[in-house]
Amino acid sequence: MTAPLVEVTGLTVDFERDGRSSRAVDGVDLAIAPGEALGIVGESGSGKSVTWLAALGLLPARARVGGSVRIDKQQLIGAAPKVLEGVRGKRIAMIFQDPSSCLNPVHRIGWQLVEALKLHRGLDGAAAEAATLRLLDQVGIADARRRLGDFPHQLSGGLNQRVMIAMALAGEPDLLIADEPTTALDATIQAQILALLASIRRDTGMALVLISHDLGVVAENVNRVAVMYAGRLVEEAMGQDLFGAARHPYTQGLLAALPTLTGPRRRLAAIPGTVPEPGKAPPGCAFAPRCPLAEPRCQSEPPPVRHVGLMHRAACHLQIDVGVSAWNLPRAAE
Amino acid sequence: MSMTLLEATGLRRHYQVRAGRGPFGAKAVLRAVDGVSLSLKPGRTLGLVGESGCGKSTTGKLVLGFIPPTAGTVRYRGTDMPPAGTPAWRALRPRMQMVYQDPLGALDRRLPVGVQIMEPLAIHGAKSPAEQRDRAAGVMAAVGLQMHQFDRYPHELSGGQRQRVVLARALMTEPDLLVCDEPISALDVSIQAQVVNLLLDLQDQMGIAYLFISHDLKVVRQVSHEVAVMYLGRIVEQGEAEDLFARPLHPYTRALVSAIPVLGPRRERLLLQGDPPNPVDVPSGCSFHTRCPFATAACRAETPALRTLPDGRQVACHRVEEPALQVAA
Repeated sequence: MTAPLVEVTGLTVDFERDGRSSRAVDGVDLAIAPGEALGIVGESGSGKSVTWLAALGLLPARARVGGSVRIDKQQLIGAAPKVLEGVRGKRIAMIFQDPSSCLNPVHRIGWQLVEALKLHRGLDGAAAEAATLRLLDQVGIADARRRLGDFPHQLSGGLNQRVMIAMALAGEPDLLIADEPTTALDATIQAQILALLASIRRDTGMALVLISHDLGVVAENVNRVAVMYAGRLVEEAMGQDLFGAARHPYTQGLLAALPTLTGPRRRLAAIPGTVPEPGKAPPGCAFAPRCPLAEPRCQSEPPPVRHVGLMHRAACHLQIDVGVSAWNLPRAAE
Repeated sequence: MSMTLLEATGLRRHYQVRAGRGPFGAKAVLRAVDGVSLSLKPGRTLGLVGESGCGKSTTGKLVLGFIPPTAGTVRYRGTDMPPAGTPAWRALRPRMQMVYQDPLGALDRRLPVGVQIMEPLAIHGAKSPAEQRDRAAGVMAAVGLQMHQFDRYPHELSGGQRQRVVLARALMTEPDLLVCDEPISALDVSIQAQVVNLLLDLQDQMGIAYLFISHDLKVVRQVSHEVAVMYLGRIVEQGEAEDLFARPLHPYTRALVSAIPVLGPRRERLLLQGDPPNPVDVPSGCSFHTRCPFATAACRAETPALRTLPDGRQVACHRVEEPALQVAA
């Protein structure tokens, strides 16, 4: 692997509330190579969004962030606001689930795009307008000149998401973090937006972090996938390895819980219990209370992240063999 | 089992809206539901899929009489559904219940969940408090809740448990029909599977029929016997669940099915251009012709009726039998 573009090491995030602190992200290590697409999968509260909000210094003051996030050699955790301003939008841009709440409702979209271009590329006047039209064209908005005068409420959800993507591209970032970019959109529009992100990556060589709860979306759009549970990274592998030969009981359970669109219908294998509340993760492996194979040491000792194959890491005390599912073993039948 | 539990014929629901800006804009008619017919047998599930604004939720509310139809009829066990609010309608209401997407919004935050579960019996059953409590314990066990959760408040439960409470409450009156409007969309993946399995088990044990409304095709396929696909207020295709998703015929269904990301090998994708049209300004002829890659002049002029093909599939498309379309598939 080439030198990573972004390297996250031992990242922790604690939220203080009423004098108590609860841990939302617990020692996450990740690396993203230039031009790579990494998917991050997890259920609500797994810390998949908080990880990147922390990296960009976008969390409120009551969050305490530890560990390290570097882009090239630049440390971002604890960096001065001036440094972060140079990174946000220019090196790393971020788009969110609900585009209409991230765009300013009282400004025309043309104005908002020019603002981003002014900030990140110092463009003004005619140059900015030309760049704006180019951006809208790049994200597939037809009749761009007329759209410049529209307000966000005049556009559909899919068009607003395209405007958000255009704005994120304004700074020509090296990495785009897309946090559930299509969750609020209809299926046919989701397909359009994902195809758009893929074509932009082909054209610009931009790296992508795609955060999603939808394993299908991730499977089709990234090279490598990281699975998070209760603030920790539980498994990371190339897409085909993760979806074809998952080694962590949680990942295996998630895959077995998904209904399919083809093939015979079978009863879904539901993971019992619920995700632990933030700050109430058990001392050992956070998944132990729901795991069919949990042993006493799983309850007490957090499992180390171990290499289980080529570019395949899993955080589990029990090194489950390739091709074996924790959910089909005799003990899981109870 | 051949008796039909629920039969809706030609349901329409139109709204008067202002098409222009502000209160002085031109009047227009929004056709939220525009001629939907469906029937449901006891113990069966009809899945209703479509994108936002296609009228699937409105159809669910029309079926239960929550909103009056502009035109069309609903028959329950062979007799016309009485008008909403009348004593006869009220007497029928325990037979059919609704489950919504957001359990927190459907529950009263200031009441313990047990009290809320018993409420339908207090309204409809007029049983003694002890009997109500016994029945509540029964349905709580059926949906996988424990008795110690009886006195909990909604905020003390997880999302999946809250949806179980909503289900338990709907089951109190032993309904024949549940209209489930996106019942699992707000839940996490691992919890969705629990609730899907629960819905299937309850159907097995109690013979409840479901009208299952969802945008999630994979979940709809998992729970439904039959599936109807809606686009702009109309059903464009209907058929047996596995067959419909394996062999979608209507171009819209094909685009919708191909748009669903899957884990397996990537399939050929029929990518639609543009957004769905504004329901106030539905295109002439086949309302899908503006996005359909196979549209011809006839599609722009004439609205296709929902026809039954020899194999039993129902499709509203002029060109569905043409070889050109089969090849493109």
